[in-house]
Amino acid sequence: MSRLSWTGAVALAALLAGCGGSDPSLDQTGPAPELPGIRETLIPTLKIAEPTGWGDQVPTVPDGFTVTALATGLQIPRQMLVLPNGDILVAEGRGGNAPALRPKDVIAGVIKKQGNTQVDSGDRITLLRDADQDGRAEVRTVFIDNLDAPYGLAFVDGYIYVANQDALVRFPYQPGQTRITAAPEEVTKLPSRINHHWTKALTVSADGQTLYVGIGSNSNVGERGMAIEEERAVVWAIDRQTGARRTVARGIRNPTALAIEPQTSALWAVVNERDEIGPQLVPDYLTSVREGAFYGWPYSYWGKNIEPRVRPQRPDLVATAIAPDYALGSHVAALGLSFATDGGFGGAFSQGAFVGQHGSWNRSDLSGYKVSWVPFAGGQPNGGMVDFATGFLTEDGRARGRPVGVVFDAGRRILLVADDLSNTVWRIAPRAAAAAPQRATPAPG
Amino acid sequence: MPIRQFMTEGAPHPVHAILLGFPIALFSSGLLSDIAYLRTAEIQWTNFSAWLIAGGLVFGAMVLAWALVSLVLGWRGAQRLPRILYAAVLAVMWILGLINAFKHSQDGWSSVGAFGLTLSILCTLLALAAGVIAFSHREREVVR
Repeated sequence: MSRLSWTGAVALAALLAGCGGSDPSLDQTGPAPELPGIRETLIPTLKIAEPTGWGDQVPTVPDGFTVTALATGLQIPRQMLVLPNGDILVAEGRGGNAPALRPKDVIAGVIKKQGNTQVDSGDRITLLRDADQDGRAEVRTVFIDNLDAPYGLAFVDGYIYVANQDALVRFPYQPGQTRITAAPEEVTKLPSRINHHWTKALTVSADGQTLYVGIGSNSNVGERGMAIEEERAVVWAIDRQTGARRTVARGIRNPTALAIEPQTSALWAVVNERDEIGPQLVPDYLTSVREGAFYGWPYSYWGKNIEPRVRPQRPDLVATAIAPDYALGSHVAALGLSFATDGGFGGAFSQGAFVGQHGSWNRSDLSGYKVSWVPFAGGQPNGGMVDFATGFLTEDGRARGRPVGVVFDAGRRILLVADDLSNTVWRIAPRAAAAAPQRATPAPG
Repeated sequence: MPIRQFMTEGAPHPVHAILLGFPIALFSSGLLSDIAYLRTAEIQWTNFSAWLIAGGLVFGAMVLAWALVSLVLGWRGAQRLPRILYAAVLAVMWILGLINAFKHSQDGWSSVGAFGLTLSILCTLLALAAGVIAFSHREREVVR
């Protein structure tokens, strides 16, 4: 679509949607977010930040930090993994094969596409090596190719685990390897029919025995019928040795990133909540994933708030629904989660979680489009969320980038941020820790 | 009135008649599938409704455009009032149908509800009314 017709579509949508303004006085972050009443509009608000390049700009980071583009020109970087030797793996790709069920699916698909990168899905994992720590990868290889929309990554006991959109697979790995050509070994299949939310988040338990996989729902709120939501909106625990799996939590709409909290070794997730019931419903959240818990989707939200769009209703299930731990804001689209380990960056960034927020489409005032910091103490959130990396939006509301995965690497005291709009991996480091000037040529060797 | 006279003197252009058949059939089918959804909560019925209404809009737009052109071209001719009425009924049908299409784009139960059902009933009645008007005139064609 041309820019003119794109703008026209947004203007028409805003007109018919009654502009869907937000109430800035509502506090929608923290353990008890303020929730307005449900507000449905005839046309869902579709406000996509129009992409624009970074130019010579970089993300804005706190004083005392420096940011460099570790690698550019990737093919939709999503989640990342730092290997013991410091090599960085980047999963690249785009998944999902949901057919258009209604006229709406056709139209919304065209509009949302305007806010995303136009490059082809990488379906691969790229290895980046920045051995001299100058902030630019001097080695870059296609580490594993021909994957099926890889997303979650983990390394345990000599194996790289990759959560493709349809299966959890693993590859044997030798330290220093820059390319793996071995065939993938399937650990277990993952639910992949339709794959409306196709990303399969992955992390490994502190003892290395259990792999956790986040499996998103197959719809916004059950509008494709509940039959295809079997084992969707769940977190699986998979035994690393046998591939046997059990369902840890249900009703957890779209758990897009999983991580282990370092103090308690508990499993945490960032989760994207439902759309189209107002600009401030429902907040996306950060939560510990409690064993056996039901988080409400689709029958209720934020605990026991009834969702009117789902019939038949299930009061029996709603009665068991628990509220998540910490709200991140409505429609921010949290896609990245990484805990600061081993003292983090020190100071205000010692204990807590970095959260990558891809950014909204379903509210007229853009939200997200940044990397946030949620401070923790004693293994629980402790205080308000603050910005860590911003500047992904221009002042006139265009998107330079959209953060996805975040990884804190304690070994090198850096935070990596994948940006799937500009197809860049950003490296954020304390200024003192920058071992070499930013534009220095890589050291030999 | 004699049937033969009704058919020959009052008939719209055959292509127009065919086009008009679509919104009549599609909006009324959409009403039936809305009722089926409200009775069963089986999601496929509302998907049917959404497509049926979209189809009704596509063909309804052609019929409406034809009626408006015919109205303008034949402004000074006979039967102006029925032509205006015919175009107005189609226009209201189409606008309500468009609102109904947006209503049906909402998710789950919200895609129909009392409002969607009401709109489907109105669109069906207006489409039927347009059919009655188009085929009820004994004078020269209402729509050329």
